[in-house]
Amino acid sequence: MARLLACALLLCFAVAAGQARAEGLEVIVVDPYLELRTGPGRGFPIVHVVERGERVRVLKRRTDWFHLRDADGREGWVHKSQMLETLVPAGTRMQIDDPAREDFTAHRREAGLLIGDFGGANVITAYGAYAFNAHLSGELAVSHILGNFSDGEAAAVGVTHVPVPEWRIQPFLSMGTGMLRIQPKGTLVQTPARTDQFAYVGGGLRAYLARRFILRAEYKEYVVFTDRDENEEANEWKIGFAFFF
Amino acid sequence: MENRIRVLLLSAALVMAGCSSLTWRDAKPEAAPEPAGGGAGETPVVIEPQVERREIKPAKIDTENWEAGLTVGSLSVEDFEVNVVYGARIAYHINEDFFAEGIIGQSDAGLSSFERLSGGAPLLTDSERRFTYYSLGFGWNALPGEIFLGGRRALNSTVYLTLGAGSTRFAGGDRFTLTAGAGLRVLVRDWLAVHLDMRDHVHEIDVLGKNKTSHNYEATLSLTAFF
Repeated sequence: MARLLACALLLCFAVAAGQARAEGLEVIVVDPYLELRTGPGRGFPIVHVVERGERVRVLKRRTDWFHLRDADGREGWVHKSQMLETLVPAGTRMQIDDPAREDFTAHRREAGLLIGDFGGANVITAYGAYAFNAHLSGELAVSHILGNFSDGEAAAVGVTHVPVPEWRIQPFLSMGTGMLRIQPKGTLVQTPARTDQFAYVGGGLRAYLARRFILRAEYKEYVVFTDRDENEEANEWKIGFAFFF
Repeated sequence: MENRIRVLLLSAALVMAGCSSLTWRDAKPEAAPEPAGGGAGETPVVIEPQVERREIKPAKIDTENWEAGLTVGSLSVEDFEVNVVYGARIAYHINEDFFAEGIIGQSDAGLSSFERLSGGAPLLTDSERRFTYYSLGFGWNALPGEIFLGGRRALNSTVYLTLGAGSTRFAGGDRFTLTAGAGLRVLVRDWLAVHLDMRDHVHEIDVLGKNKTSHNYEATLSLTAFF
């Protein structure tokens, strides 16, 4: 019964996928000609050419390549650079709204992944940020800390300030607080895990790479509020990639 | 008292400002027709066409930059035999050359030679013997090309190199792990791909008494769909 259901589901999916492929957007070629390649990449051979004025159907897009079908049913992949001038039947340019440098200055949401060193241990961090305005944004981050002597997890909430959002490479300042759970590793003695609150201040750089991608590097100073006589201090540096949307 | 006077003065100023802006707004359309009305006899009247501009919203093109699927293969856990590994992968294709990738996997490690030969107490419990990993990283499509099946069929393919970092949970602890590998992706359909991957998961481990670098080689076959 379950197998039958799975088959039916698969069939539905296949039919739906087939229908989706039959649709697409009809456009008129404005470039002198379009080169149809066998695959979405510059290394694939050109097997057909579509001339100016002909109508083609855009079936799908993968990265910077468009999958087209011409009036005779021949299919191939065309690069974005040849599609920029192409018109839709209403006479307007085909809309290819790719994120660009200007969107880096004014984006709202950002998410990324950073790798680095937290007080001598390796750290992997995933974060999400929401920009209240071009300068100020709130951030949520979760970290996995992997050391030789202890493992841990941290969750933090903070704010970052970008003084000059117009620059391609933006310096930023950050501060925030969160919770840190540290489990010491012991093959002989099992030490209980500690959970403490921490606060941090830091700074870093965000650089616009291309499309919606950002390179991010940052440094943070932590103070961990322990229940012992002295608070612990740690510093952390990280580097990674992020994207905005 | 002084405060109250200040409030009074301020509100009066506010009301005046509001009124003046209102009269300015009203006066504008009245003032405009005057020259048109005065010169109606000589200058032709411009007729505003009563045609509404059509809002054209072209259909959105289906973008397929995400790829996700399931993985099965074999994983050699150093000192703990070769075992079946199950996993999943997700990738985002940034451009035709690079992609970001996340992988997870799970396997149950076997017995070490020491445990087998000595016949003594096992080094690890069953739950500690479970090997789980995640890795996040990037891939480079180094050799895009085609695979020819007979004389009439060609499938698009890519040989790619990957590098990632993540964590491995094994022998009662999480370990920072670097993952390097190479793979072959063959597009069976435009939206369906088969991967053949070889990866090495490298981490430090001290389960046999001394800290050492452990290499865990993995060979997997994956089926993924683009969406």
